Amino acid sequence: MQLTQNKNISHALLAASCTLLGVTPVAQAAGNSEDGWKIDTALLLYSEQDRVSAVESVIAASKDFGDQHIFSGKLVIDTLTGSSASGAVPQDKVQTFTRPSGNGQYQIEANTLPLDDTFHDTRVQLNAQWTQPVMENTRVSSGVHFSKEYDYLSLAVNASLARDFNNKNTTVSAGFSYANDTIDPEGGRPVGFSGMVINQGQFSSEDAYKNAFDLTRQDGSDTKSTLDLMFGLTQTINRRMIMQLNYGFSKVDGYLTDPFKVLSVVDQSGTSVNTLYENRPDNRTKHNIFVQGKYAFDSGVADVSYRFATDDWDIDSHTVDSKFRFNLSDNSYLQPHVRFYQQSAANFYQPFLTQADPLPAFATADYRLGEMTAFTLGLKYGMTLESGNELAFRVEYYQQNPKNNGTPLPGQLQQQDLFPSVKALMAQVSYSF
Amino acid sequence: MKKRFGLAIIVGIVATTSGCASLGVQPWERDLLAKDEMALDADSVDSGLDDHIYFSKEATSGGKAFSGGGCGCN
Repeated sequence: MQLTQNKNISHALLAASCTLLGVTPVAQAAGNSEDGWKIDTALLLYSEQDRVSAVESVIAASKDFGDQHIFSGKLVIDTLTGSSASGAVPQDKVQTFTRPSGNGQYQIEANTLPLDDTFHDTRVQLNAQWTQPVMENTRVSSGVHFSKEYDYLSLAVNASLARDFNNKNTTVSAGFSYANDTIDPEGGRPVGFSGMVINQGQFSSEDAYKNAFDLTRQDGSDTKSTLDLMFGLTQTINRRMIMQLNYGFSKVDGYLTDPFKVLSVVDQSGTSVNTLYENRPDNRTKHNIFVQGKYAFDSGVADVSYRFATDDWDIDSHTVDSKFRFNLSDNSYLQPHVRFYQQSAANFYQPFLTQADPLPAFATADYRLGEMTAFTLGLKYGMTLESGNELAFRVEYYQQNPKNNGTPLPGQLQQQDLFPSVKALMAQVSYSF
Repeated sequence: MKKRFGLAIIVGIVATTSGCASLGVQPWERDLLAKDEMALDADSVDSGLDDHIYFSKEATSGGKAFSGGGCGCN
């Protein structure tokens, strides 16, 4: 009994410190199979109203090879399909746009937000992580990350160190992650602020159109590097409560523009006269503070966290996330989830460009970099089966409410909904053995 | 904003560390903390899926874990 409890304690401690390090130990505790492997699987369906749908499947495995020498690995496969807001404004007439690849066009009905329906992608992600003690009360962890989409490749390494103090009630950690991403979109990357070439019969041949389109494109792929530093502190408060405080620093350099996003150029009447590809700065520095507290009640657990983030694009955000687990019996529970998120706009965000004003150095109309609030409401039901394996179901509703950042709307744009809400449903099944 | 942020970090760290020595439990008092659901990342697979969604839909990522790299969705 004592042995089991010690094992649980060491697993809990390890899980706590790994979390702190930004490393995800794929759950060590209950339900280990006889050969010592712990497998977690999950299937998630994500569906936005009229927009993107995604199916995401996860298989994660971990094993303790003894004395806390732990391997964990994860495979994620997701497929994405559907439409995404292009950044162009709705108009009182039908609009025609060229697809990002340059092959073909799509039309948007009058009084409808332009959505680009060409999104279809499959992504494969692999993670592997090794964690082990290096001296008494000190652990080191390092790992690799690989993620590949049709037009995108991400490779990352991470390493971190954690040390326990104060009878293992305090854990201090420091870690880094370095990622190198390569993007090579079909049809090439647009030249920043180049005008979208739309074939409306003005070209003498298909080749003439293709030549004009190619002039708006940059050859070859581009890269983005991300350096993350994270410092953490975990503290046991009392028999029922544990807290965590993280500071994160992130420096991103390279191609940060979204090659699929555009801005409408409008005249005084709010009528679109041109469509330009967006242009973002090539670096971004971010800071965040994350605080989490967990409290054990007699029949459940409260888990509340807050994150503040700020960056040199002037995006500040606040996130509050809370989960309350109610144990219905010894082997089943219900867990409601509430999340609230709010962000300010990037300093180069504008919902459209105006013909009268000179072109700024940078601009995006991507609502994800604009002012926004969002909330999530969710419910999870989990049960432990007779075999000791765990089965859980989760449903969540997520809604984003983009807002105007104070831009006056000229003419016909006053009659248009430039900032519609985005509503999504998620459903997930998880099985651990 | 930067100053305020720096101050918040310092206050947070000082407040937490200075309190650390008097906080905590003895090893035999860890019965509740040792439960799976009290691990700080108890729902790590859920968190991973959520992080990927929010990473691609919002301007901020990370905090609990590293945010770097990932996908071309943002």
